[in-house]
Amino acid sequence: MADPVARLRATYGAGPRHVLVLLLCFVVTGWVVLRLAGEATAWRMLLWFLGAVIFHDLVLFPVYAAVDRALRGVTRTARRPAASGGDGSERVRLAVLNHVRAPALAAGLLFLVFLPGLLGWGAETYRAATAQERMPYLLRWLAVSGVLFLVSAVALVIRWLRWRTSERG
Amino acid sequence: MPASDPAPPAEDRAGAADGYGTPRRLWQGLDRHRPPGADAVTRGWRSPLRGPWLTSVFGAVLLATLPLVIITGLLDYAAYAPRFGQAFPTDVSWLRLPYFDWPTRPSWLFRLTQGLHVGLGIVIVPVVLAKLWSVIPKLFDWPPARSVAQVLERLSLLLLVGGILFQIATGLLNIQYAYVFGFDFYTAHYFGAWVFTAALVAHVALKLPRMVTALRPRPGRDALRTPRAATRPEPPDPDGLVPVRPGPPTVSRRGAVALVGGGSLLLAVLTVGQSLDGPLRRTAWLLPRGQDPGAGPNGFQINRSAAAAGIQAADTGPGWRLTLHGAGRTVTLDRAALLAMAQHTARLPIACVEGWSTVQTWTGVRLRDLAALAGTPDPASAHVRSMERSGLFRQATLQANQVLDPDSLLALRVNGADLSPDHGFPARIIVPALPGVHCTKWVADIDFRTDG
Ligand code: HEM
Repeated sequence: MADPVARLRATYGAGPRHVLVLLLCFVVTGWVVLRLAGEATAWRMLLWFLGAVIFHDLVLFPVYAAVDRALRGVTRTARRPAASGGDGSERVRLAVLNHVRAPALAAGLLFLVFLPGLLGWGAETYRAATAQERMPYLLRWLAVSGVLFLVSAVALVIRWLRWRTSERG
Repeated sequence: MPASDPAPPAEDRAGAADGYGTPRRLWQGLDRHRPPGADAVTRGWRSPLRGPWLTSVFGAVLLATLPLVIITGLLDYAAYAPRFGQAFPTDVSWLRLPYFDWPTRPSWLFRLTQGLHVGLGIVIVPVVLAKLWSVIPKLFDWPPARSVAQVLERLSLLLLVGGILFQIATGLLNIQYAYVFGFDFYTAHYFGAWVFTAALVAHVALKLPRMVTALRPRPGRDALRTPRAATRPEPPDPDGLVPVRPGPPTVSRRGAVALVGGGSLLLAVLTVGQSLDGPLRRTAWLLPRGQDPGAGPNGFQINRSAAAAGIQAADTGPGWRLTLHGAGRTVTLDRAALLAMAQHTARLPIACVEGWSTVQTWTGVRLRDLAALAGTPDPASAHVRSMERSGLFRQATLQANQVLDPDSLLALRVNGADLSPDHGFPARIIVPALPGVHCTKWVADIDFRTDG
């Protein structure tokens, strides 16, 4: 254990590069924390910082994973073994699953990103900035989402028709 | 199946052969005391797509785009000319780019940098979410760490994930005028950016070799050509991303990548309109700046209404005067006198820090003519004040190059008509490549300074 690098690995658990880059990371963060500690709203910032992680990991992810699980249940695509190439009906069920998944994900994404506008938050700031009245875009979002589901459904039907003709031919 | 990956390089393998650091008893004990349900959670991850390849693909996309978002963000701060104490937050000590004069050319520079910042920031959202999906089993790993090194790395990952989500959340709320967070956006977004950047640098320094290995092309394993039916889990990896009990694939890897890319494309299509003029602007259908700003020569977006700025008709009527201060001289002009001076017309963008922009045709007096009139033909800077009574941006200091550019104007007219009250009547500043908030509206006086 004369080699200091080997010793570092055995005790700390990683090499010198690891120490160095993490040190750099924590120095910057530490400096920011010191600088912000005097701000009256520092706690709120911390709350939002940690809250964002908690929201993603313990709310958003479980929710969309559960929705997907339910979808797989409904389309009965959850239980088959991987090995078989899949028969025709499985192929169709998977296609249905994915043609619901894609527009659903897109609609969810748009909802998340444009949430303040969809729900009409910050009407006063909006008026001061734009000299216009804010109207919530919820209906627009529903329209975009509807179109996405429709396009996906049409694509599914086209695929399905192609499969049928190729199976016959 | 092709041969499995070679053993990871020694640098990546934490500590001694069994992975425990000092104190070994502590880490071993932690490992042995698995909380109830830990095994069920480990076996519960079923997606056969999870593994180093998919994680590395999303990682590579973010590695290519995030530096652009970071740099354009820091350039936004620089574009405020922080050396005059007018960038927010004002006191950032050494955490900033070195001071430099923000250029006036090309005139679309700020339009580009800030449009990229906000646009890319939106477009990468699906990639960020997909990347987090691909690594989320790690969050529930047991033991959470086998050494001090792993504890610290996990802490840095909290900064990384918290940082990007914080930046995205505050940014998205800002451009949609929802200040629901109750803290100062500038302070939070600026310092949040540094915490995130530091954590990103650390993460990349530690993980880059892994990414390169995972993306190395391998014969017979071209994931982008493999259909769903032939999609197989990757061989077990040292990071434990590959599930121990993978389920059947419901989508191919290329399908998953296409899904994420499609999400980005959709967001891009619904965002780019806020930087375009003409009918395409309406394609930013879900954003504030895709809305119809009205018709006529003054029918383009504003960032602060005359009403919100407290500007009254009496302030802007015939009694309005522009005061110029120069080297030992003060000059007062009314609007007629300004209109009698040499008029210059320039087609210039007005680009907002919120990422939207529009190009218009402005007419007015060159700032350098006003500087000469005030007896300061070669000013070091110019301090412009508005008639606004409150607000962060009722004054701005312009650098010498911004005063002297031949297209820098005190604009009186736009697109052939007088400025409207909301666009800054009687007179406003317009300078190439200057952030919109510094193109002061309802100008009251300009102080040309020689002392920098
Ligand atoms: C991915 C991480 C991001 C980083 C590292 C980052 C970094 C920065 C930095 C350093 C600034 C300058 C702040 C200042 O002048 O005080 C800035 C400004 C800004 N960012 Fe970001 N940003 C990120 C994501 C986003 C996103 C996703 C959006 C919105 C979609 C966004 C919207 C804005 C806006 C609107 C400003 C202008 C603030 C102003 O000058 O008024 N940012 N960003």
